[in-house]
Amino acid sequence: MAESTLSLDAKNRKNLPLEYSTEEGDLRIVGFWMFLAAELVLFGTLFGTYLVLKSHTGGGPTAQDLFKIGPVMAETLVLLVSSFTCGLSTLELRRHNKKGLITWLAVTIILGLVFVGLEANEFYTYVTHEGATLQTSAFLSGFFILLGTHGCHVSLGIVWIAGILIQLARRGITPVTARKAFIVGLYWHFLDVVWIFIFTAVYLTGWVM
Amino acid sequence: MMDSITNFLSHFFVTGDPMIYGADASIALVSVAVLAVLTYFKKWKWLWNEWLTTVDHKKIGIMYIIAALLMFFRGGVDALMMRTQLAMPGLSFLNAEHYNQVFTTHGTIMIIFAAMPFIFGLMNIAVPLQIGARDVAFPFLNAVSFWLFFAGAMLFNLSFVIGGSPDAGWSSYAPFAGIELNPGVGQNYYVLAVQISGIGSLATGINFLVTILKMRAPGMKLFKMPMFSWSILITSVIIIFAFPAFTVALALMTIDRLFGAHFFTIAAGGSPMLWANLFWFWGHPEVYIVLLPVFGIFSDVIATFAHKTLFGYAVMVWSMIAISFLSFITWLHHFFTMGNTAPVNAFFSISTMLIAIPTGVKIFNWLFTLNKGRIEFTTPMLWALAFIPNFTIGGVTGVMLAMAPADYQYHNSYFLVAHFHSTLIAGTVFGIFCGLHYWWPKMFGYLLDEKKGKWAFWVFMISFNICFMPMYFLGLMGMTRRMYTYPAGLGWGPINFIMTIGAFGMGIGFAIMAYNIVWSAIHGKKDTTGDPWDGRTLEWSIASPAPEYNFAHIPTVSTRDAFETMKEEKRAGRAKPPAPFKPIHMPNNSGIPVIMSAFMFVAGFGFVFWWFWMAIPGVIGVIACLIARSFVYDDFHHIPVDEIERTERAAGRLS
Ligand code: HEM
Ligand SMILES: [Cu+2]
Repeated sequence: MAESTLSLDAKNRKNLPLEYSTEEGDLRIVGFWMFLAAELVLFGTLFGTYLVLKSHTGGGPTAQDLFKIGPVMAETLVLLVSSFTCGLSTLELRRHNKKGLITWLAVTIILGLVFVGLEANEFYTYVTHEGATLQTSAFLSGFFILLGTHGCHVSLGIVWIAGILIQLARRGITPVTARKAFIVGLYWHFLDVVWIFIFTAVYLTGWVM
Repeated sequence: MMDSITNFLSHFFVTGDPMIYGADASIALVSVAVLAVLTYFKKWKWLWNEWLTTVDHKKIGIMYIIAALLMFFRGGVDALMMRTQLAMPGLSFLNAEHYNQVFTTHGTIMIIFAAMPFIFGLMNIAVPLQIGARDVAFPFLNAVSFWLFFAGAMLFNLSFVIGGSPDAGWSSYAPFAGIELNPGVGQNYYVLAVQISGIGSLATGINFLVTILKMRAPGMKLFKMPMFSWSILITSVIIIFAFPAFTVALALMTIDRLFGAHFFTIAAGGSPMLWANLFWFWGHPEVYIVLLPVFGIFSDVIATFAHKTLFGYAVMVWSMIAISFLSFITWLHHFFTMGNTAPVNAFFSISTMLIAIPTGVKIFNWLFTLNKGRIEFTTPMLWALAFIPNFTIGGVTGVMLAMAPADYQYHNSYFLVAHFHSTLIAGTVFGIFCGLHYWWPKMFGYLLDEKKGKWAFWVFMISFNICFMPMYFLGLMGMTRRMYTYPAGLGWGPINFIMTIGAFGMGIGFAIMAYNIVWSAIHGKKDTTGDPWDGRTLEWSIASPAPEYNFAHIPTVSTRDAFETMKEEKRAGRAKPPAPFKPIHMPNNSGIPVIMSAFMFVAGFGFVFWWFWMAIPGVIGVIACLIARSFVYDDFHHIPVDEIERTERAAGRLS
């Protein structure tokens, strides 16, 4: 065996879950948490920008004019459920159940696709029916970019999970694929948390204020 | 048809200035020469296998340093052009438009493409060695970081000859940087090039944070780390919290410029002040990203050449932590004059002045480390000693600028320019040169010549003072920054002339250093011991240059000056006999980082010119590289025991 450079050596790793069972897995999971910290600042900046520009409608449509409860609730529901199914997949991972893991990840992807479709449709409605585009006003620039960044993250997550599904199907559950499935789960839950903030800071306050 | 082609070409290539044609010619010549030499000596394969695809932190560090030195040269030439233009009243060496471009590229290049990558280079080389690790946590990502920086730097420099340079200052304030007032491609270069390299910087921050947190040698508690590693730990945290804000700010400005959004415009409710806030929310921490690491370098160097343990270790660490925290709540001092209420100005005034306390504490700790030390005046030590008074002047004038009411007088005058050069040159640049001389033997196995090194030091340091001390007075006499010329009769002429002499003196100092590098590569003294300075930290415990795997045995640490203790134990005959070697797990080289960055460059270039037919394939290429990487599974190998034995024997480490 090669020498470990980490404080936790191979012996102590025996009792950890599969994704933490190698030093490499451990490092990458910690690294991913750091990445999520950076993502938090990134979204924080976008939220700050949106909140500053929210009232700068420049004569264009306002939040009250645009936001409809129906589609937004649907998006929220779909994404929350996808976070739940993603959690189930991690549970199956811990049980070393390849089939369960793949199934729940696939369900998560499908829900993700539905979410992206609903969001695209929401944007499409704003642009075509209300003439509200990125160029209309600072408020709408902020809105489209905040939600668009989140939507791009979700889309990227879909591609990423798809890649991991292929690897899982080919290789089964190994320390490496387990780590990948675990990390993509962290990412997915993070996007869900961001959405909750979007729901509150964009839609709820948009309706109320 | 012909007309439209010539019209296109005359906008695509920057024309009409002899200097630019000169640059065109020299770029073409150098490129052809490099290609010819590589082909003639059949070095392509070597270049690809040894350097372009490497994931070894030491080689990545060397590449960072080479690129950063080139960027220093470019930024320095910009500086000399400005100083030439300002040497006397009413000169017309550069016109207004050209001067704007030159101070913009000078500032941007110096901070983002010279100082920061130089520091990344030094930390790549030293941090894993100081903490007893065999590489960084994510070697592949490390290569990605470097190549993204490189792609960004190339893109930015291309603006000089293709399309035109940005001209809105390194802070690129809206609305002037927006599309209505700045319609060409210059600002596009700024937002895209800085963005690309910024993503690399963020990845470096994450990489080194994890490396330092998780990969220290057994026994090395956080409070036993060498001070440079501590400074990098703290810097990494700053990077992680500051850079994403800049990523967003740049992206928003890109979207404004490319797709007509209204974040920072005046029309349709945009907010130019939002840019100023976002920029400096990153920008102030950024100055600590280039400053804290050199604090770390000076701490290690001063302790080494005073041959004493660092005075007040824990206080040094806590003051850096305090600085890093305060650095996030001072950004508004960059625009005290831009319409804030008095309480807001008061808050940021006080928070800024507070930084002087931990910084002052550090200055005194360095002085106390020197006190009663056995001081050895080597080249790195000279840079460190000169740092203390010169940087302190920058610090004191910083406190003067921090007083909001007084700042109405100093703001955007040459007093400010002198202040930030006192900190950036006497702090960052002195520190970088100090670290370069200090770690050079560990990188290459020979020392830089001391005599030439000292010449470079004295010429550069004295010229620095000739250039920047008078500048404070010029500022108080009313000359404002970013002026491309000034009339005679204001009494500014003589001071400006002296400053220009100083600036060229710094150029000569830099040239001596460059000559020293070339000379020492041929005649430099070999470092056979691996410990040329009688060092105190682990990087000096291994051979020079460091072997690929760094440590044949991972050391066990018990004290702060880990290697000093080892040497003492050896002298006392208490050293343990070495254990047998074991195979060492190492990451494989990969071509993906450099290819991915090439796609990034293509995408960036396409966006600069609104050429989406070029940008979109570039983006797809980047994504394809990421996917390809995800499917690579055999990404490591083992170095067998007999190879380790051979290497160690060749380095004289086995008896
Ligand atoms: C040979 C040494 C240097 C000289 C002679 C020099 C000179 C100058 C001059 C003449 C200006 C323009 C002042 C104006 O017109 O407003 C300037 C601006 C600037 N310099 Fe330097 N500089 C030097 C080194 C550096 C270094 C090492 C850094 C950073 C690490 C740096 C960062 C900057 C920045 C950020 C600006 C502001 C650019 C802007 O206004 O947007 N300089 N420098
Ligand atoms: Cu500042």
